[in-house]
Amino acid sequence: MINYILRRLLYVFPVLLGVNILTFVLFFVVNSPDDMARMQLGDKHVSQEAVDNWKVQRGYDLPLLWNEGVSGLSKAQETIFFKKSISLFLLDFGLSDSGRDILSDISQRMWPSLALAIPSLIVGLLVNITFALLLIFYRGSYLEYGGLFLCIALMSISGLFYIIAGQYLVGKLLVLTPISGYAPGTDAFKFIILPVLIGVVGGLGAGARWYRTLFLEESSRDYVRTAKAKGLSDLNVLFRHVLKNAMIPILTGIVVVLPLLFMGSLITESFFGIPGLGSYTIDAINRQDFAIVRSMVFLGSFLYIIGLLLTDLSYTLVDPRVRLD
Amino acid sequence: MLALLWSDILIFLLIGGLVLSAYFASKQEQTRRPWRKAFQSRVGTASFVVLLVFLLVGLLDSIHIKQSESLSPSSEEHTEVVLSVLDIFLTPLRTQIEKTYSAPFSSFAYAKEISLDGTGVSVWTAPRLSYGGAHLEHPQEEIFGDVLQRSLLGLLKGIAAWCVLLLVLAKGPNVVAFINRSVFRKTALYTLLGLLLIIFVTAELVGFYHILGTDKVGEDVLYQALKSVRTGLIIGSLTTLVMLPIAITLGLLAGFFRGWVDDAIQYIYTTLSSIPSVLLIAAAILMAQVYMANNPELFSSVAQRADMRLLLLCVILGLTSWTGLCRLLRAETLKIREMDYVQAAQALGVRKLTILKRHILPNVMHLVMITVVLDFSGLVLAEAVLSYINIGVDPSTYSWGNMINSARLEMAREPIVWWSLAASFIFMFGLVLAANLFADAVRDAFDPRSKH
Amino acid sequence: MFPPLGLFVLCLLTTSCTDIVLNNPYSQQESQKAVIYSSFSERPKHLDPARAYSSNEYAIIAQVYEPLFQYHYLKRPYQLVPLLAKEMPLVSYYGHSGEKLPRNTSAARIAYSEYYLSLQGGVQFQPHPAFNLALHKALPNEWDRQSLNSLASNTRTLTSDDFIYQIKRLADPATQSPIAGLMKNYIVGFADFMQAQGVLQKEQPHLRKAERLHSLNLSGVRKIDDLHFIIRIKGKYPQFLNWLAMPFFAPMPWEADAFYSNAELVKKNMTLDWFPIGTGPYWLKENNPNRRIVLEKNPNFHLETYPAEADTIFKKMGLLHDAGKKLPLTEKVIFSLEKESVPYWNKFLQGYYDVSGISSDSFDQAVSFSATGNIGLTQDMQDRGISLQTAVTTSSYYFGFNMMDKVVGGDSDSARLLRQSISIAIDYEEYISIFQNGRGVPAQSIIPPGIFGHVSGKEGVNPTTYRWQEGYKRRSLEEAKVLLTKAGFPSGRNVKTGEQLVLYFDTMDSGPDSKARLNWLRKQFRKLNIELVVRATDYNRFQEKMRNGSAQMFMWGWNADYPDPENFLFLLYGKNAKALHGGENASNYQNAEFDRLFEQMSSMNNTAERQVIIDQMISISRKDAPWVWGFHPKAFSLHHAWYKNSTPNLMANNKTKYVRVEPIARKAYQNKWNQAVIWPLVIGLFMLLLLVVPAVISYRKIERATAL
Repeated sequence: MINYILRRLLYVFPVLLGVNILTFVLFFVVNSPDDMARMQLGDKHVSQEAVDNWKVQRGYDLPLLWNEGVSGLSKAQETIFFKKSISLFLLDFGLSDSGRDILSDISQRMWPSLALAIPSLIVGLLVNITFALLLIFYRGSYLEYGGLFLCIALMSISGLFYIIAGQYLVGKLLVLTPISGYAPGTDAFKFIILPVLIGVVGGLGAGARWYRTLFLEESSRDYVRTAKAKGLSDLNVLFRHVLKNAMIPILTGIVVVLPLLFMGSLITESFFGIPGLGSYTIDAINRQDFAIVRSMVFLGSFLYIIGLLLTDLSYTLVDPRVRLD
Repeated sequence: MLALLWSDILIFLLIGGLVLSAYFASKQEQTRRPWRKAFQSRVGTASFVVLLVFLLVGLLDSIHIKQSESLSPSSEEHTEVVLSVLDIFLTPLRTQIEKTYSAPFSSFAYAKEISLDGTGVSVWTAPRLSYGGAHLEHPQEEIFGDVLQRSLLGLLKGIAAWCVLLLVLAKGPNVVAFINRSVFRKTALYTLLGLLLIIFVTAELVGFYHILGTDKVGEDVLYQALKSVRTGLIIGSLTTLVMLPIAITLGLLAGFFRGWVDDAIQYIYTTLSSIPSVLLIAAAILMAQVYMANNPELFSSVAQRADMRLLLLCVILGLTSWTGLCRLLRAETLKIREMDYVQAAQALGVRKLTILKRHILPNVMHLVMITVVLDFSGLVLAEAVLSYINIGVDPSTYSWGNMINSARLEMAREPIVWWSLAASFIFMFGLVLAANLFADAVRDAFDPRSKH
Repeated sequence: MFPPLGLFVLCLLTTSCTDIVLNNPYSQQESQKAVIYSSFSERPKHLDPARAYSSNEYAIIAQVYEPLFQYHYLKRPYQLVPLLAKEMPLVSYYGHSGEKLPRNTSAARIAYSEYYLSLQGGVQFQPHPAFNLALHKALPNEWDRQSLNSLASNTRTLTSDDFIYQIKRLADPATQSPIAGLMKNYIVGFADFMQAQGVLQKEQPHLRKAERLHSLNLSGVRKIDDLHFIIRIKGKYPQFLNWLAMPFFAPMPWEADAFYSNAELVKKNMTLDWFPIGTGPYWLKENNPNRRIVLEKNPNFHLETYPAEADTIFKKMGLLHDAGKKLPLTEKVIFSLEKESVPYWNKFLQGYYDVSGISSDSFDQAVSFSATGNIGLTQDMQDRGISLQTAVTTSSYYFGFNMMDKVVGGDSDSARLLRQSISIAIDYEEYISIFQNGRGVPAQSIIPPGIFGHVSGKEGVNPTTYRWQEGYKRRSLEEAKVLLTKAGFPSGRNVKTGEQLVLYFDTMDSGPDSKARLNWLRKQFRKLNIELVVRATDYNRFQEKMRNGSAQMFMWGWNADYPDPENFLFLLYGKNAKALHGGENASNYQNAEFDRLFEQMSSMNNTAERQVIIDQMISISRKDAPWVWGFHPKAFSLHHAWYKNSTPNLMANNKTKYVRVEPIARKAYQNKWNQAVIWPLVIGLFMLLLLVVPAVISYRKIERATAL
């Protein structure tokens, strides 16, 4: 077991290194540090000296991969790649191109993202499962067909429509919630409720269908047939056995997304002006703040891999049949 | 004279490939059976017909022709323009451009302006449109009757067209028997009737009204929505064209050879899939833009640039989305290679490539099939989101994403300008819903586990 | 399970009949006070007055920092009055051999000018921990770490040293001030100081910034005593006074740099660029760029009163109601993050923002024209008590040709005719009507109305593109085609090769509106049968193309820094060419005569003589047509009934202190506009219940059955 975990952990590093190299190539081929400097310094009266100065301050004045100017090991160390990319492994994100400490920004912006993502996940899960159970409950009736069609219809609508329509309907016409914005603490409730609602409705189609399939698959197993043969009613089996057994795949399915909740939701956050990591990323893309985008790419990959690890582990914990080698 | 864009050529190659493989598939009973099952489902058939209509629109829009067109109705000068066959069909829609917004079926502009009324007094009113409802003397009173009359005419024409089609197809007057011969036929023909009615009613009306209104610069919204069909189709289909070879090759190799090949391939797809896809796409698009900015000589016209960006988007989406299918195929191959017949073939010394081609590939094709159909709708939806963050298609390309993007601002107007959003919603919803329903039918038919 | 649910529904039903506002984005107590609610769409990059140079940054720092002079709030033309200065400066001129010259000496003979500046006494800085000298060494172990407000603060009296220190900061290469490059041409010793600091920084990197700046002298700036100092500049440069009214020259205590050099603060993003220290009417209390920025009344603010004099027009508008009252008139200003225009506009209509511009998308809702063509508000806006202000801005939005380009650029007759032809074809009247809703004035020359040198009426017509017929009338397309033929492109085809003329427009594509705009532009060129290829790229690439001069045509704008024609004409000055000298002459226009006149004009006062020279320059530039002159936008702004004393003043950026708000009226309006509509929610819940209840009932039945 420990051996397995260790091996998985060791596997994390080459993956992260791969991510690192890929993003480095992408970002430093697109724009030279000179471009970044000029963009950050503004476009009125920028001199070459100011640009050079900026590059020195941010450490962008070094060669990309190989520094001929120095000797020994520092030929590789005194480079943008080493300073800017490798340091990410220590979660040292450094300064953004506009000069702010990224780690400090991330630690602040994490909370609004979580405040939105966790309720969305929990409420979404409850609603999806309820809806899936209802579908099974009304199995064979027109309600089921209607429900399934509704699911597919909901899936076929772009998320942007939900957001635009939700904001217009609830925020503007019914004036039930503020149109956008955020406040920390308990005040967050009134800002969060609409995005959560929209997130839940938007995810309902795919979610409910997925859980319905899961339950149906579970109920086609042998033990269910045995239970039915014993004379237990369909519903009884559904709630007593199927739901309980289906909890395992449901829970392990959640584990993989848990770490990624930190990253927030890109579109929803920027639409509703919620100052989380999702809108942070979007802003960085629009402003072409490469330091932030690089950090977020790395953080995203890091969290994703942690999620995978956790999933593997939780599988082994809940299902002893899974072999570890 | 034909003036095809790269994406035109690719999409026709793709269609050609599809038709060919459909032909070969129909030769083999093994592959024919699930397809027949898919087309026994009424929903599957109906959505297939709807998809075909969308495809037809997209294909018509993919045949580009160089034409000489006069600069303005009055002038003698001519200029060369590249138009698609669809553009030529939709000439009234394309050329009847108003000044700014107007509501669906309206005869008046959305924005008021100062104009002289009959008696020479200047008033602040919404002016009449130059094309929409221009044939009406008193729009407020006449419009309802006029629209009704034209719609009825359209309905009649639609029914007539359908009847003619039936007679031709049935090669005789015994149409009732022809229709009822199979579920597929019945559903397909009735769906076609519905679509024909919609098309003919629309065709009757478009010359006289902007039935989905006009946008900020007065362009017909219906025209934009129809032109966007091609973009949606291309993103949905060409992306899979990029993704499939990579996913299939790597997936099969990893599952079949195991060992270091497997390790390497697993490493590549874990690395790639661990990067949040939006960020990866954003970075790649930026890079592509730089390439295009540095090589302007490669593109002689706006259309070519936009086309290249569209293709690049497909390539990038393809390069970032093959990992899921690859993982699936690897797992399936691992399973299949342990099967008796594969083991036997190996023991007999059959060449590995032959085993892969003969025994493994055909047995994973259902997975490929299902993934392709499912991915299609996802990609169409993704285009809208990417355009929202400005990393989607070129702003000059007609696409639903661009339409939604501009519609966001229009929602704040009072009275609200809802028609651009509604149009993109209807068309996108129509395409994606049809694709999803069809995917469902296909999955039910192909998935060995499904029991119906 | 059912009774509580029923109760809940009942609650909702009853509340729907009472007074309930669910969507107030602010806390309840806050909105009772005299607070101004404003917004920012993007995190201001810099709040350091030596670095900030854009309007969203000035919206904040101009309320916190004060320079020596300000523009009078209620007088036109714009007029500088003392702010931190006691009086307007005494300027004296010196010759090349150091002799003092009389005031009316011609500019060529003046080698130096000296500004003798005197300060108001007794001005105090805002309370700030930086003045608590003990904190410079180390921060206490126990403090909030989230905000500086928990640290013990102190204050200090303003002296002339603080002004001198700020000028040194401008010159310090480490500050990266955007005007350092410009100022080194004017302030004596500025360039030397810059260089010396650069050297010093390399040699002694451990030296703290404040110590480093103190250790050297800037020769052109001389302290007399605590309330007087002198700035010496090269030659004669009357516009220097305008620069002195910008936040660049606001006083900065050396304690600020010393305090913020603490590594722990830097790590927390707490820097001078982020938490300013000023003497102004407000101080920055909270700076959360992710959510909001809060300014609060500065308790140490020196006595400043609402102006007692005003132009007649402002008197009539009731803008002297608060004359003589102590400024500022509000307690607090809250800037909330609002990235998009749609939510901003909706919140403005709900009463949660006090002021709003009018985007082209909300224009029809807000503004209507009377039958006589007068601009007014729509009935809906009037019913809401909203009022409208309009002003032609001192900006120019233009379409530029890169004069280094082989096709459209250069001094050849063919290229000039081509440019002139295009200048006629691009119908800016239509542009303004479609994209600006008519909010703009087509430009006849580079100088916008309201700036000295602008000529209106018949004399102001640009003969290249317009003729005068009871107003400006754009020359016809036929004339443009004739010019195009003369240029060697009959019907848009090269007369020699027969190839169609293809031109390139470089832009950064952004925003949903760009597509319509680009389509429109293509249409303009198609009128001449020229194919326009749009090379859309990102901001970075666009900037780079502009810098290395590889763009062909582009659209750009310029906002006046100060109300002087020099600030516009220098955009065409040869030595400012962007690709050659890194200046602001984006079209890289070169004309020896123009440059000569510019040099002559720039040091003159606003006299009839200066007007003559400006007229000559404009006439040269009109003929060469390096720009299609574009338009000067009109700014429209709306404000609510409770927002008082507001008036357009395009130069003053510290207007907030004059504004008064009436919170009680605001509350009443907000309540009226934000009644929650609850019945659809109730119906929705009922529908849901109808679905769930049967399932629950049968589940319960089974439960009971199995329990038996």
